[in-house]
Amino acid sequence: MKQSVREQQWADWMRSAIDGDAQAYNRFLLAVTPRLRMMARRRCEQFGAPAGEAEDIVQEVLLAVHLKRGSWDPARPIGPWLSTIVRNKLIDSLRRRGRRISVPIEDVVETLEAPSDTDNFDRQDALTLLQRLKDPQRDIVRSISIEGAGVRETAVRLKMSEGAVRVALHRALKSLATLYRSET
Amino acid sequence: MKTDELIRLLSEDAPVRLRLGRMLVLALCVGILFSGTLFLASVGLRHNLVSAVETLRVAFKIGVTLALAIVGFGLLTRIGRPGAVISSWIAALAGVLATVAIAVAAELLTVPQAAWGANLSGQHAAFCLFFIPVLSLAPLAAFLTALREGAPEDPGRAGAAAGLAASAIGAALYAWHCPDDSPLFVATWYTLAITLVTAVGYVAGRRLLRW
Repeated sequence: MKQSVREQQWADWMRSAIDGDAQAYNRFLLAVTPRLRMMARRRCEQFGAPAGEAEDIVQEVLLAVHLKRGSWDPARPIGPWLSTIVRNKLIDSLRRRGRRISVPIEDVVETLEAPSDTDNFDRQDALTLLQRLKDPQRDIVRSISIEGAGVRETAVRLKMSEGAVRVALHRALKSLATLYRSET
Repeated sequence: MKTDELIRLLSEDAPVRLRLGRMLVLALCVGILFSGTLFLASVGLRHNLVSAVETLRVAFKIGVTLALAIVGFGLLTRIGRPGAVISSWIAALAGVLATVAIAVAAELLTVPQAAWGANLSGQHAAFCLFFIPVLSLAPLAAFLTALREGAPEDPGRAGAAAGLAASAIGAALYAWHCPDDSPLFVATWYTLAITLVTAVGYVAGRRLLRW
């Protein structure tokens, strides 16, 4: 099977991520997101959804990729896995937003990037989502995402062990995905 | 939350604790251990096993249920993985079904017509229909739990695959006890029990395996 250089790079990053390399994972997510954004915007346009929803959909897809990354077999190419997850989540998300749709499988690896100009409309929704997390999940999420602290710093700040922060963070991400599903 | 902020959050949660492949192998071990213990502690092996296993019909019964269990589990290792190809396992499944059909044909050719009815209804059809699903329960629960770490494209179908693999394990265990050896019996009652559990898996999958 032929793989592009880009796909191999993504697979390498993901393999390191699975073993716990946060930097490699960050690179992977930053590389994938602009392409997801392009796909989400195209679908929103196609089905007459407001452009603001595209960024919500991007976040939902990212959460799905994150929570399901254990289902990727590191011995196989990452492209088909990623494309299928993204397509299923796009369908799921658009359907919940009330549109009957069919989405073709698109190659995430080969999709163009969309510029990120998302500052205006993605803050409101997610803040209300954050409010609905329980403590200490909410504090941990706020500390890492908005204030930009690492796990260690957050642990010190909240007087928790690093392990406890990691566990709570993982639970928080699961809750966020569930909230997304019930909200929209 | 901005998408950049979400990405920062996800990056801090980089390591994967529960990999689907390992979860499924673990579920397989737990299921076999649990149901195997239940099997040995309740009905146990048949008394004349050593002499019986040498007959072709008994060897067929044990072999075909084991083959189905292997194929069912193979299918399961793929079905929770987005983009994975399952066609080779579907072909293997068809191969097992074809083997059953051939065995039934052979039985019909060699056994006089007058004995067909008695061979089909056997001695313990009701117990077979009850006990194979009972032996499937632990593997089914374990497989469904493991599959929750996966991302099946069709949750119902994934649940059905879990039901198939689990009931094939149940059948592969029960075959070591079952005194009814005719392929007519196996093709009827085993299939019925397996279909039942597969249907239960389908319904459970639709509820439990959405993501």
